Order: sequence, then structure tokens, then C-alpha cells
Amino acid sequence: MSATLANPFAPPSISFGPVLEQKLAGRVTAEPRPASDIPTLVTDAATLKEAALFLRDDPAAAYDLFLDLASVDRSKLPGDLAPKDKTRFQANYILYSTKRNEHLRLRVNLPAKEPAVPSLVGVWPAANWFEREAWDLMGIRFEGHPNLQRLLTHNGFVGHALRKDYDKKQRWLCTEEDLLQTELAAKTDDPADMFETMTLNFGPSHPTTHGTLRVVMRVDGEKIVAAESECGYLHRCFEGMSETHTWVQVVPYTDRLNYCSPMINGNGYVRAVEQMLGVDVPPRAKAARTVLNEFSRIMDHLVCIAANLVDLGALTNFWYAFQPREEIYGLLEACCGARLTSSYARIGGLAKDVPENFVEWSRSLLPTIRDRMADVDGLITKNKIAWNRMRGTGVVSKEHAIAWGFTGPSLRASGVAYDVRKDKPYEMYGDVDFDVPISTDGDNLARYLVRMEEMRQSMRIIEQILARFPKGPINSDDYRVILPPKEMVYNEMEALIYHFKLVFEGVKVPPGEIYSYTEGANGELGYSLVSDGSGFPYRIKVRPPCFPLFAAFEHVIKGGMVSDAVATLGSLNIIAGELDR
Amino acid sequence: MKTPPIAPPLGPGIPSSSGADFLTTKLDIAVQWAQSNSLWPMPFGTACCAIEFMSVVSSHYDLARFGAEVVRFSPRQSDLLIVAGTVVDKLAPVLKKIYDQMPEPKWVISMGVCASTGGFYRAYHVVQGIDEIVPVDVYVAGCPPTPENLIHGIIELQKKIQSGELARHREAKTFVPIRVGVDPDLSIPAYSDGVMAHLQGKKELPEMAETAEGELDAKARAAAGEGRR
Ligand code: SF4
Repeated sequence: MSATLANPFAPPSISFGPVLEQKLAGRVTAEPRPASDIPTLVTDAATLKEAALFLRDDPAAAYDLFLDLASVDRSKLPGDLAPKDKTRFQANYILYSTKRNEHLRLRVNLPAKEPAVPSLVGVWPAANWFEREAWDLMGIRFEGHPNLQRLLTHNGFVGHALRKDYDKKQRWLCTEEDLLQTELAAKTDDPADMFETMTLNFGPSHPTTHGTLRVVMRVDGEKIVAAESECGYLHRCFEGMSETHTWVQVVPYTDRLNYCSPMINGNGYVRAVEQMLGVDVPPRAKAARTVLNEFSRIMDHLVCIAANLVDLGALTNFWYAFQPREEIYGLLEACCGARLTSSYARIGGLAKDVPENFVEWSRSLLPTIRDRMADVDGLITKNKIAWNRMRGTGVVSKEHAIAWGFTGPSLRASGVAYDVRKDKPYEMYGDVDFDVPISTDGDNLARYLVRMEEMRQSMRIIEQILARFPKGPINSDDYRVILPPKEMVYNEMEALIYHFKLVFEGVKVPPGEIYSYTEGANGELGYSLVSDGSGFPYRIKVRPPCFPLFAAFEHVIKGGMVSDAVATLGSLNIIAGELDR
Repeated sequence: MKTPPIAPPLGPGIPSSSGADFLTTKLDIAVQWAQSNSLWPMPFGTACCAIEFMSVVSSHYDLARFGAEVVRFSPRQSDLLIVAGTVVDKLAPVLKKIYDQMPEPKWVISMGVCASTGGFYRAYHVVQGIDEIVPVDVYVAGCPPTPENLIHGIIELQKKIQSGELARHREAKTFVPIRVGVDPDLSIPAYSDGVMAHLQGKKELPEMAETAEGELDAKARAAAGEGRR
């Protein structure tokens, strides 16, 4: 592996190296890395805050977007990979600079006993929930955090579930008292106000929460004075489960992250593993993945818009928007045999080749999508009632969107044109021509319009790829990672051995780590993978696009009406499966 | 095999001299027939299965054909609870509360393997089947079940209601719902002994002591029934 290590300070990865040396000499060091991974800086808990402020504020660095906090428990790493300096935990902050289009990992190694770092909520507000999550699941303490409670599990939970010494099957009884203890319900800032405001519990079972989200609001009449949201009602332990399965067996779990667009999750995951393995997939697989990604994006946006409009009372649009989804499901079913949970992506290609008439079939879907979209468009886009409900409600300014860690359509609706497909093209996105729609209003209407336009752009991408859909093999011929074709297995000794090894041992990913990212329907979908060289993932951390969106929800709705909160929740498109994992 | 059509199981008609015709039946049967054909579902949709549920109620599969399209989001207005999706420990008290809020008669369909058995999430925070919490009348397999499959489940439920089987079932108390968080005397195998003992007032909750390696204290873990499942 060492042969592929790039010079840690080589531009463009850490172009601000000299400034860094000058300001924080010796206390922040760069770590050698494989070319496929993002650059890494290592520091210690004492310097963390200073380093974070430098990275955020120095114009040469300008890492303004906090993407993720990936914690790792390294106590079970085998001999030569085990940490040499008695540290056990790792906190990896994943950052992104919207100005320089660069990712960065900022790492702190922490001791086994009472791991603690200063909280970065003051530097990047988006860190708030990520730190709570790391405390909940990994037991890393964040000093100075405003509200370091459990987030994904409940208060009756004992221990930290993602530590390596936690038995992944151990459950703990949850009673009603173990749910979020909101101070909000008891507290009012002003005692005289006691009879003016009341507490309103919203969710977790509420038609507009589309799943399982909970918000506790304090309302003054119809106006929201304060709010506090809680997630974790669908914490299905994806990250814990993935450690007990082989690399390929994780694919079905990824489908259930954002279940409105399963293909995108699977693609993002296998791409991350492929990058670690250094495997490239044939053009046909790339094209098929791209087309299916875009169909998934359309489906996701359709659900989002349909559900949002239902919440606003425009039920008819729901029937319009669900019709094309049914037709796209037909195509997916022909590809992989399942409508929703496709498990279609494989490391090194796809589970099987696309059907023979894939190109014609895909093309025939586009007019239906256009027609039904036109129906929705005609009913809503210039509709006075829709405007009154959506315009100027749930406004997120550009600065706020960045500070809260937004990505995807919600960030673009606030005026930042960051789209992974455009800025860091993968699969076939580099070869096609499409626009990234943005709006500067940042309100619910802007998010609706951006999504509508994105669907049109998705269709443009699909059309271009279908026009030159490549022939040839669908899978990589690297049989260390993907099963060889059956004819070869029956006729060639070598292929038989590969087949045998893959079935019995699974894909062996070399030791190392990666942060790999793709554009999910809701924003940047990141996978932080750590491999110890065995056939099982050592640690998988997903950066779910919804997580920062819902974390900011309580701030977005403050000062608005309860009914606007409903509209905002729908237009941010919170998918519980990926929010809670 | 030909499935018998769902039709009102009424008695023979009696022509009358006054011009109006009569049908004879038992009140129970008429009520069951009416109930089975006008189910008001409350979708407790938590995850991916809820998306398929949306497909079932939308125009292509059209649940209205089976008289069950009046989706209510208030448990107090509905009589069929469709649990679509994974239920995790944190959500268990919520599900229980919703079930308790529904008026009798009420039925429960567990949609998908997650709701039925925990599915492929055999993990530290997932309820291994909602029958730990509420009684279930029909389990629908699949991950997610296809719309046809869910419709099949609803038809099966209608048959069960019409046969009067469910009413008898309930009277016989075959189902003893496990009450999460309310009745600590009923042991829940999935939960650790330590927690149960604590709830029954017998013991302190095991302390989570941190050793030098930051591991859970071995004794406390043993007390917590670690490794039982
Ligand atoms: S059964 Fe499958 S589709 Fe349904 S909620 Fe569970 S994982 Fe999702």
C-alpha cells in the first residue's frame, strides 16, 4: 500500500500547508494517505479547537462546511494495525470547503480511559448532533457541549453500542420515561409567560412526520417560540450490523438507509469499497448505475414533493406523482427482481446485467414522468394557495445552510451550487451535460422548485446516456471481488477457485480507510470505511444527508407558525431510515 | 384452488306480501360482514414498508377496491392498525400507546419481516417482532411485502373477521400482550435479566464501571445477562 501513498503536503490536497506550518507548527501534522482517500490532518485534543478555528477562518483553508464526525474504536485492530501509542478511540471530523471544493479529515486520537475532546459546536453549529451521536454510540465525551444527551438510543440504554466490547445483540428495555426528557416542556424563560405559551408534542406518530420524527414545541397561540427535535425512533443499528457481515452482505442494508432511492445508497457504498480495492468497473456498469441513480433521484423527489403537497392539503398531486413511480418500479423489478429494496449494486459491477430492452424501456418511461410532472406543475407552481403556504416559510439563509451542514437540494435552494455530481464527478457524471439548479430564496417554494428542476436535469442525464449506452461486460474481470460467470466456473480451474474463495471468505478489502462520497437524493452521502484486512468491515460510518437537516429543523421553524413547520418538514425531506440508520 | 368470493353470508330471502323483501341473518354475521368490508386502517409506517404501503393506497393498486381506503392517522378513528416497518426499542412504548388508544374492535396487521420478527436487524435496538408489544392478527411476509402481498393479507383478515374467529380468539385470551414499560412482572426474554430485576424492584441497575481499558466491567455485564441472546 505504501507505494500508492501520496506526499501528504503535496498540493492541491493541502495547499495551505505552509500557512499551517507557520501557525500550528508541530501540533498539527499531515498523515500519508492513499491517493483515493481525502487528505488527513492529525492533532490532539488540546489543539483541536485552535486547529478547527484555523481551518474554518483562514482564507487559504476555508473549510466552512462540517460534514461528518466518524468515530472509531481501534481496540480490536490486529497486531500491526493496532495503535502504537495506547490510544484507543479516534474522532474524525470530515470537513468540506465550498470555496475551494476540497474535503479534509481532521483527526484526534483519544485514550481508552475517559476519551474527551472539546466540543466544536461553537465552531461549526452542525457538529451538535454529530457529537451527541458519537457520545451515544461510542462514548466520547465532548466538553462544553450544550446538551450532551443520548440521541439515537434511549435513556434506559446502558453502555455505548458501537464500542467493540459491546455485545451487538444486547437490548435494553425502554419505558416511556426513557424518551427524551425535554426541559422545554417544564421550562419557560419568563415565569410571567407561564400562561401564555403551551407545550405541543409533535410526533413520533404523526401523519406529516412520514415515519418517526419527534418535535416538542413551545407555542404561543399558533406561533412557535421554541422547539426541540429528537430522532432515533428508527435506529436500526445499521453501523453495528454491518460489522457482523461481510463486505458484500452490507449491500442490502444500504438499500434501507434512504428507502426512497435505494439504488443511490448501494452505489455509494460499493464505490467506496471499490476505491479501497482499487477496482474499476466497466463502462456499461457505470452507465447503468448512472441511469438507475437518476431514476432513483426522480422517484425520491417525487415522493418528497407528493408527500409535502399532501401535508399542505393538495392530495391530488399524490396520485399524479405516484403513477410514474409505479412505472419506474417496473423497470427496477426487471433489473433486479425487487421493487424497492433492490440490492442491485455489487463490488465490481452489478448483481446481473440489465435487461435486453433496458434502453428502450428507460426511454419509454420519460414521457410519463414528464406528463405527470406537468400535471403537478400546472396545479402547483403558479397556484396562489401553494405560494402563500410555501413562499417565505421555512427560510434558510445561505450562511445558515452552510453553518448547519446542509447539502443537496436544501443547500442549493439556499444559494450554494455544491453538487457532488458536478464538483467531483463519479461514474458517468463527468461525461454528460447537465445544469445544477439553485435558488437564493431558501424557502419552501425554492426547495420545491429546485427539486422540480432537478428531475428535469435527471431526465436530461438519462437521455444522454441512453443515446450511447455502452455494450460489453457489466462486471469487472477482477474475480477477487466479483463472482466469475458461471461458464467460466464450470470450465476453468482458476475461476472455480475464485468462486470458491469469494463464496466462503468474501471480498478481502486491504487494511486502510476511506471517506467516499456521492450525491444522494438529499445531499452528500458519505461513507467512512475502515478495514482491518479481514473479510468483515471494521467500521462503517455513514454520513446521512438528512441528519444535519433535521438537526437544524428546530431552528428553522422557530418564530413561524405550526402549519409552516409542517410544510418545512416535508420540503426538507427527512427520511427516517437514513436519519437514524 | 378457487377462493370463495367475499359476499355477505346471509340467509335465504323471504318474499313478502307487503312488497318489501326480507333477508334473514344473525346480527353477529351482519356486523362482521360490515366490519370486514369497511376497515379503516391507521398506518403506523416507520420505514421502507411504509413506502410500499403508500403504493398500495395510491391509484395503481387502489385499496379502495377492498373497502379499506379510508386511511386515518388518528388511532381513535381507526380499527385496523397496519404496522409497516421496523419498530425499535425506543418506539415500542409509542406503538403500545397507539394500540391502547384504538377503540374495540381492532385488528393488527404486521407488514413486513421487520415488524413480524425484527427481520434482518438482529441488533441492540430493534424489537424482535411487534408481538412482543401488541397482539397481531395477520403477519405479512416480505421485505418489503409486494403490494399484492399486503392486499392478500387484508383479504385474509377480512375472512378471519367474517368467520368470527377473531372475536372468539380474543375472548379466549390467547393473546397476552406484553406490556412494555407498564407491567414489569411479565418478563420479556429479549431484555436482560438485570433490567427486569431492576424494574421488579429487586436490584439496582448494574453500574457501568469503566476499567482501565474502558471496557464494561465484566461482572456488571454478566449481571446484565450479556450473551443471553
Ligand atoms: S421488512 Fe424490509 S422493507 Fe420492511 S421495514 Fe423492514 S427492512 Fe424495510
